[in-house]
Amino acid sequence: MNRADFPLLKQDIIYLDNGATSLKPKCVIDKMNDYYANYSANAHRGDYDLSFKVDQEYEQTRELVKEFINAKCLEEIVFTSGTTESLNMIINGFFGNLLEAGDEVLITTSEHASNVLPWFRLVKKLGIKVNYIPLDSNYYVTMENVKKSITDKTKVISLAGITNVIGDIRPIKEITKYAHDHNIFVVIDGAQMVPHVKTDVTDLDIDFLAFSGHKMCGPTGVGVLYGKKELLEHLEPINLGGGMNESFDSPDTVYLKPLPTRLEAGTPNIAGVIGLGEAIRYLNKIGFENIVKEEHNLRKYLIDKLLPLKHIDIINIESDSGIVAFNVNNIFSQDVAYYLNKYNICVRAGNHCAKILKSSVGVTNTVRVSLYFYNTYEEIDNLVELLSDYDKIVREMI
Amino acid sequence: MDSETKRAIIMENYMHPTNRKRMEEEEYLKVNTNNASCIDNIDIYIKFKDNIIEDITFEGEACAISISATSIMINNLIGKTKEEALKYIANFYNMTNNEEYNEDLLKEGVVYSDIYKQGNRKTCATLPFRGLEKAILESLK
Ligand SMILES: Cc1ncc(COP(=O)(O)O)c(C=O)c1O
Repeated sequence: MNRADFPLLKQDIIYLDNGATSLKPKCVIDKMNDYYANYSANAHRGDYDLSFKVDQEYEQTRELVKEFINAKCLEEIVFTSGTTESLNMIINGFFGNLLEAGDEVLITTSEHASNVLPWFRLVKKLGIKVNYIPLDSNYYVTMENVKKSITDKTKVISLAGITNVIGDIRPIKEITKYAHDHNIFVVIDGAQMVPHVKTDVTDLDIDFLAFSGHKMCGPTGVGVLYGKKELLEHLEPINLGGGMNESFDSPDTVYLKPLPTRLEAGTPNIAGVIGLGEAIRYLNKIGFENIVKEEHNLRKYLIDKLLPLKHIDIINIESDSGIVAFNVNNIFSQDVAYYLNKYNICVRAGNHCAKILKSSVGVTNTVRVSLYFYNTYEEIDNLVELLSDYDKIVREMI
Repeated sequence: MDSETKRAIIMENYMHPTNRKRMEEEEYLKVNTNNASCIDNIDIYIKFKDNIIEDITFEGEACAISISATSIMINNLIGKTKEEALKYIANFYNMTNNEEYNEDLLKEGVVYSDIYKQGNRKTCATLPFRGLEKAILESLK
C-alpha cells in the first residue's frame, strides 16, 4: 500500500526492519523542510509573524496527537525526544517521588531496555522491587498471570502495549481495569503499539503512555509523553530552564508554567514536532483499519510460507502484529542478516534490546522481520526464496 | 590465495573452531570482547608463561567471521611471545584497514584480506584480536 509516498522505496531495497524505525513519507520530509526553509523561528516566543506561525504549527501537532490517542485535554500531551525519554520522565519524575522501599513494580522479561533500566535505577535508589509477570507458552501476558503476580505491595504495572521481540498485543484494557480496582498505576510503552493499532488512552484507561515519532512515519528525535492530567500535575520536571518557568527571582521564588509547557524546558525539536503532526495526518488518511488489515495479511502470508521450511525455527508463529522472529538452524542470526543484506534486504539480528528475554524464550538472538503497511507480498516472496535454500545461506553468509 | 580457498578456510574454522571451551583454571586470564554495534560476544581465556602465550581458548556467541577469526588467531598465536603476537595483531589491523601489511607473517589470517570492503564486518574479524591485545597489554603493565 502507498509505496509511491516513500522516496526511499525508489531504491532497490526491501526494508523489513520497521520495528527499529519506519520509513518517512515525502509529505513528512517536505513539511520539515518547509519549516527549515521558510519559517525556522523559535516557538513560544512569538513577537512576530514567523514565530507566530511556528507556535501555530507546533500546537496544532498537540491537537493532532490529542485526537490521535483520544486524550481528554491538551495539557496531557507532552513532547519529548522519544519513548526512552518519556519513560525516564515518567519513572523518575513521577514514580521516583511516589514509591517507597518495598513497593513492587511488575514488568515482563520481554520488555525493551527503556522500560527496564529506569526501574532498576529505582531499585537501587529507593529499594523498590521489580517483579516479572510470567509469560505463557506463546510468550503472551495473560490476565491470569497478571492477577497471580499482584501482591498488596504492587504499585505499578509497566508493559509494552506490543513487544518489539514477539509482537504480542497485551490485554491492556483488562489489565488497567483490574489494576485500578487494586490501586495500581499502569504505564504503557507504546513504541510498537501506537504506530500499528489504534490506541485510545481514554478507552484503555491508561495512566501513562510513551511513544516515538520515528516508528510511525515521523521524524527521529521526537516523541510523546501522555499522562492523565491529575497525575501529570505531580510529575516533577527533570529539566529546568527556559520556556517552562513563569518567574525566578530567587531560589525560593521559582514559579513554573502550567502543563504541558512546564515539562518542555528549552527549545524543543520544532521541526520534529511539526513533522510528527504531518505523520499523524498521513496515518489518519490511510486509516488504522487498513493498516491493521494489511499487516495482518502480510504476516499470515509470511508465516504460511516459512512454516514448511524445516530449517527455519519460528519463535512466534502466533502473534497479532507484524513481527516475525525466527532462526535458521545452526546459523547465527547475524550471519543470516548479512546474507540477506547481500540481496538488499534489511532485517534485524540480535536480542532487540530485550536482553533478559533469554530466560523466557531460551534464545539470545533471533532474526527479526518487522512489517509495515508499505511492505508487499512480492517482497515476502523474495525473502522466502532466499531463505528456502539452506545451502545457499551457508555458502553466501560470509 | 584464491577466494574459494579463503572461503573454505573460514568455513572450516567456523564449523570446527580450535579450542572452543571455557577455562576455569586459575592460571587462565579471562577477557571479554564484544562489538558495540552488533551481537558478537566472546570470552577469551589466555594462559601466559613468562613472555610466552602458552594457551588460548574461547567461548561465546558470535557470527561466522568472528568465530573463524578467533580460531585462526588461536592456531597462529599459541606459542608466540607477547611481542610477536602484538606484531601479528598490528599487521592484521593494517590488513583490515586496507593498509600495508606483511602477508607471510599473517599466514592463514590473510583469508580476511577483502574484509575492508565490507565495513560492517571488519569489526567481526578484529573482535578476538582486540580481546587478546587488551590482555597482553594489561599483562605487560
Ligand atoms: C518496545 C519498545 N520500547 C521502547 C523503544 C525505544 O524507543 P526510542 O528508541 O524511540 O526511544 C523501542 C524502540 O526500539 C521499542 O521497540
